[in-house]
Amino acid sequence: MGLITLKNVSKSFDDVEVIPPLDLEIRDGEFVVFVGPSGCGKSTLLRLIAGLEDITSGRVEIDGVDVTEVPPARRRLAMVFQSYALYPHMSVRKNIAFPLRMAKLDKAEQSRRVESAAHVLNLTEYLDRRPGQLSGGQRQRVAIGRAIVREPEAFLFDEPLSNLDAALRVNMRLEISELHQSLKTTMIYVTHDQVEAMTMADKIVVLQAGVIEQVGSPLELYHNPRNLFVASFIGSPKMNFLRGDEADRHGAHTIGIRPEHIRISANEGEWKGTVGVSEHLGADTFFHVRCEELGATLTVRADGDNPLQYGDSVLLAPELAKLQRFDADGLRIT
Amino acid sequence: MARAVPARRKMLTTILGWGVGLTIFFPILWTFLTGFKTEAEAIASPPSFLLFDWTLSAYDAVNQRTDYLKHFWNSVVISFGSTGLGLLIAVPAAWAMAFVPAKRTKDILMWMLSTKMLPPVGVLIPIYLIFRDAGLLDTRLGLVIVLTLINLPIIVWMLFTYFREIPVDILEAARMDGAELRSEILFVLVPMAVPGIASTLLLNVILAWNEAFWTLNLTAAKAAPLTAFIASFSSPEGLFYAKLSAASTMAIAPILIVGWFSQKQLVRGLTFGAVK
Repeated sequence: MGLITLKNVSKSFDDVEVIPPLDLEIRDGEFVVFVGPSGCGKSTLLRLIAGLEDITSGRVEIDGVDVTEVPPARRRLAMVFQSYALYPHMSVRKNIAFPLRMAKLDKAEQSRRVESAAHVLNLTEYLDRRPGQLSGGQRQRVAIGRAIVREPEAFLFDEPLSNLDAALRVNMRLEISELHQSLKTTMIYVTHDQVEAMTMADKIVVLQAGVIEQVGSPLELYHNPRNLFVASFIGSPKMNFLRGDEADRHGAHTIGIRPEHIRISANEGEWKGTVGVSEHLGADTFFHVRCEELGATLTVRADGDNPLQYGDSVLLAPELAKLQRFDADGLRIT
Repeated sequence: MARAVPARRKMLTTILGWGVGLTIFFPILWTFLTGFKTEAEAIASPPSFLLFDWTLSAYDAVNQRTDYLKHFWNSVVISFGSTGLGLLIAVPAAWAMAFVPAKRTKDILMWMLSTKMLPPVGVLIPIYLIFRDAGLLDTRLGLVIVLTLINLPIIVWMLFTYFREIPVDILEAARMDGAELRSEILFVLVPMAVPGIASTLLLNVILAWNEAFWTLNLTAAKAAPLTAFIASFSSPEGLFYAKLSAASTMAIAPILIVGWFSQKQLVRGLTFGAVK
């Protein structure tokens, strides 16, 4: 079981409150992603769950048991660090076996589990190497191997892919998702990359300045963001925001429309604009369109083979049903 | 990075380097040579440098009068004992200061160092009296205790410097992997800090081996290490330079040899952390 509950948990460093009191429930088997800009407290929150930081007030429960005072070694959680944090003086085999050695499993069982983890992670031929002799992706896999061998209640990932190059990151993302499907163990994953959050999570927790802005499934956050911050943070490219007259017309302080909900053409639409920079991704093209009347530059998604050029005059047609309205406090009007 | 150095300047610095090195080494060389002279030759004026009748008579005399091995063994026990005990105390202390620093950690470190600024003679009487009452005078245990305390600040400081270079992530990973504090220190921290611990050990063995104030003042015969062995040739019946030199050579030879073989480790240890 891996049911993790935070009750009224807060954290202060000296006099600075980095996480005001918050509540959160992570259900057994869920893949939860903490996402937010750097410094939003997502890593701190993870470390509070791990027990690597003491909480200032409130309590942390695992499977209903209060573990607030339990040291990290006895919380039966496994963690994968951004820096991999492998033991440089041990071989890969010993690195992976370390948690089992700490749990005092017998030697035969230790090597059986290490072999099977190595097999799953394609590390079999590297077992006798030192971490220093491995590539970044291999090191990351060793770190994951070290986490899975002991069959923990939950996995904690602290930005595990940030040190990998883009191609490898996509691969590892899939491998971790695959792992979650096969193990069905609770996973808590911290990242500043909303694409990782959207692609991997069952449930996303969006944080800003230590405050939970919204909790929900990726599509809930995409379709029904609670406020401006979530709306702008989730989705790539970012949602377009308009204020002033156009917003007033829709009875809002700010309106938001995603790039994929605007149609661009030469002759049809209500907003006039001029094509600026365009980004061709192959399947899609993103146009940055300058609209003088609205006083804004909007990002618009179009087909990959759309022939519009820099400087072309165009018309934009927003899908009004997908328009999102926000009040003066940034909250979405429903 | 290496810079181009003009040949002339290179030659000058080489000469200067050798000059300084030989000046520092000269007294040791002179002691070594004097040990092979007769007493008459040892005080001859002008002194002869290499051209004298080499003789082992001073060494014979020293060996007849005293038990070198007993003192040697005392030195070994005292220097390694105090260093070992010191490490045992300092590793956890340095762990705490390097990885769980509090607001006053820096102050504590400075305070520990400040104890080295006190002249030892200032506490000689109290320590002597405590040792007398505790029955520790002229015992190896007593010297191990006092030398541990004397060198502890240096051991803690050195270890603290090495430990700070170790990424705390790795220790946290050990904690997450189920390692209790003892396992974390024993299986993760110490193996990673081996180079630093080794140079700390070496330096402190040398310091303890050469320590003369406390070893002379707190021992008489039984626990006297090599420092006392040298000193015993310096006073009572006037000065006998040849015997004194022979005794000194015998006393410093072991540590000189150890130091020579471990100089690479020592230099690395003393400059560790200076450059990333």
